[in-house]
Amino acid sequence: MTNQTKPSASGETWTPRIVAFFCNWCTYTAADLAGVSRMKHAANARVIRLMCSGRVDPQFIVEALAKGADGVLIGGCHPNDCHYVEGNYKCLRRYQMLKRMIADMGIEPERLRLEWISAAEGEKVKRVINEMTETLTQLGPLGLPQKFDEWDREMEHFAEHVAAREAATGSACPEHGGKPQTLETAHA
Amino acid sequence: MVANLKLWRLLMPKPKIAFYWCASCGGCEETVVDLAEDILGVVEKVDIVLWPVAMDFKYKDIEAMPDKSIVATLLNGAIRSTEQEEMAHLLRRKSQYLIAYGACAQLGGIPGLANQFPLEQIFQFNYEGGPTMANAQKTRPQVTTDDQGRTPTLPAMHHVVRSLDQVVEVDYYVPGCPPTPRVTRTALTALLENRLPPKGSVIAPDIALCDECPRKATKPANIAFTEFKRPHQALMDPNLCFLAQGVVCLGPATRSGCNAACTVGGMPCTGCFGPTSRVRDQGLKILSSICSNIAPKEEGEIEKVIEGIPDPVGTFYRYGLAKSLLRRKATLPSK
Repeated sequence: MTNQTKPSASGETWTPRIVAFFCNWCTYTAADLAGVSRMKHAANARVIRLMCSGRVDPQFIVEALAKGADGVLIGGCHPNDCHYVEGNYKCLRRYQMLKRMIADMGIEPERLRLEWISAAEGEKVKRVINEMTETLTQLGPLGLPQKFDEWDREMEHFAEHVAAREAATGSACPEHGGKPQTLETAHA
Repeated sequence: MVANLKLWRLLMPKPKIAFYWCASCGGCEETVVDLAEDILGVVEKVDIVLWPVAMDFKYKDIEAMPDKSIVATLLNGAIRSTEQEEMAHLLRRKSQYLIAYGACAQLGGIPGLANQFPLEQIFQFNYEGGPTMANAQKTRPQVTTDDQGRTPTLPAMHHVVRSLDQVVEVDYYVPGCPPTPRVTRTALTALLENRLPPKGSVIAPDIALCDECPRKATKPANIAFTEFKRPHQALMDPNLCFLAQGVVCLGPATRSGCNAACTVGGMPCTGCFGPTSRVRDQGLKILSSICSNIAPKEEGEIEKVIEGIPDPVGTFYRYGLAKSLLRRKATLPSK
């Protein structure tokens, strides 16, 4: 996992892809503040705005990883500050269990990060995204889509073999070929 | 009379049905037999052309059949070996409808849990390291061997356990571990009467198990777990919702249709009917539901409660690991 600086097949250098789920009321506003304050941070995070960190379904997080993200960042309001009173607590509890579960599934738990960032903390958005980019650069690419392809290669070989044999035997009984029995004919 | 019967059969060809098993325990086959007297009604209406567990047929007879000549194949079990993969392809080609029968064919099932371990470790344990193993020569099954000039072959094991639809196209799913006689009967009746739902449907109600659970009325509006108990660790109230008793029950994230067999029998749901159509990943959905209802709000306290589920993958993905978003432990080799 040390190929992060090696150019990929397309000639580009790999940098981590972060999917960031930010809550509307605090962290997204903070990211907006960072923007209008012209703060510079790593351009690796793709931000998705949700109404609350409590809306972050674990399916969103894992699907992001399965579709090629190297890490997922969740930003919510500080404890006691949630616009919906306890969405951030729900998020925290799910996050803690999910971290354990993805570790059991062979994914470094550091690829997941939850941060409480209030609307005033533009600076923290910058720091967290920079830190996470750094951590993921150290970890290297997660590359799940490539792994899925690699796993399924064991079937490609066999599928070819079957196709070849089916092509060979397919012409064995041409008189039946065009007349499959259907439910309709069976019930007729 | 016999001549009449022959003429009758000639004029009225019965639909051909096949049953096949792959990586499974045999429980699904048992369910077909559990149809009891109803099985006679089924047998009367169909010609069974393949059923290795109960009747003697040869694969070459299936190979010789014209394509699509089997009306429906009910295939149970996950796909783990090259033989199973080959049969899945063959039966797909010979069948108009390929039905994934049971949790293993639908979701990977219990065999899918092997996706947490490398193939080498599984072979090592089962042929060498296992406590009941006496195998001084460390003999393992080989794909090919040399036996006095002949080379007999055995199927190879795949590194990944797959659900049926990860290998070939599937038309319908009959859920359950095993499917209950009722869902089996519903599926067979729909098939024989040609009243099939849209392709890709799971033949069971599209609503969570809680809907038909007799304990539903006692499910609290607000659940707050202060600890997780396992059913053997406490005396369970037979009428109270398991979640209210601090027991992990997968009912809220599991499809109904089993008449709540487990919760009626005093055990929590383990999720064998799979998710409803709105959920992509059953394990993550129940993780989301259970964990959001943990009582503490502080990290250390939450961690203590979470420790009550020592094996989250085995608990939340008991049947669904192979079909989950991650499919398999990411660090495992594929060669």
